[in-house]
Amino acid sequence: MDLVFKIAFIGIVVSILSIVLKQAEREEWAQMLTLAGVVAVLMIVAEMVLELFQAVRTMFQLY
Amino acid sequence: MVGRGAGGRLLVAGGALLEIFQVVGLAVVSVVVLLVIRRHRPEMAVLLALVVGLVIFFMVAQRLLAVLEFLRDLAARAGVDSLYLNIILKIVGIAYITEIGAQVCRDAQETSVAAKVELAGKLLILVLAVPIVMAIVEAVLRVL
Repeated sequence: MDLVFKIAFIGIVVSILSIVLKQAEREEWAQMLTLAGVVAVLMIVAEMVLELFQAVRTMFQLY
Repeated sequence: MVGRGAGGRLLVAGGALLEIFQVVGLAVVSVVVLLVIRRHRPEMAVLLALVVGLVIFFMVAQRLLAVLEFLRDLAARAGVDSLYLNIILKIVGIAYITEIGAQVCRDAQETSVAAKVELAGKLLILVLAVPIVMAIVEAVLRVL
C-alpha cells in the first residue's frame, strides 16, 4: 500500500520538477530527471513483480 | 477428516472479508492519482497501475491460498488424480501471469506486444494440456 503512494509521490514530484526545469530552459536536465525517476520506480516495480512471480509459483506449483 | 483444515480456515476468513473496502478505496484513490499523472508522465502511470494491481493481488492472496487448499481437499475426496488437478492449477497460474503481462503492455498502448505475450501464454498452456489430451485418447482407444 505504501508503495503505491511512494510511486505516486515520485511521479508527481518528477513531473512538477521537469515543468519547472523546462520553464527555466533546461530541457536536457528535465530529460535526465525524467529518466532517473523512471529508473527509480522501475527498480521498485521489478522487485514487486519478482515477489508476485514467487507467490504465484508457490501457489500454483509452477516450477 | 481431510477437509477440516481448509474449510475451517475459510470459515474463519468469512468472518472478516473487509478487504473489499480496502481494495475499492485503494482503487478509487489510485485512479484519481493516475488521471493526474497520466497527462504529464504516461510511463509512470503504467508502472503505478501495475503496482496497484500487484498490491490488490497480495491483499487477497491469503484467501486464494485457502481456496486452493479447499480445492485440493475436494479433489482428494472425489478421487481425482492429483496430477490432473496440479496441471489445472498450473494452467490457471500461467493464465494469470500472462494476463497481467498483456494488460501492462496494453496499458502502454503496445497492443502488438500484448498479443505476443498472450500467444506465448496460450502455447505454454497447450503444452501443459498435452498429458490430459493423451489420457483422453488412451481412454477412447481402450473403449474401442
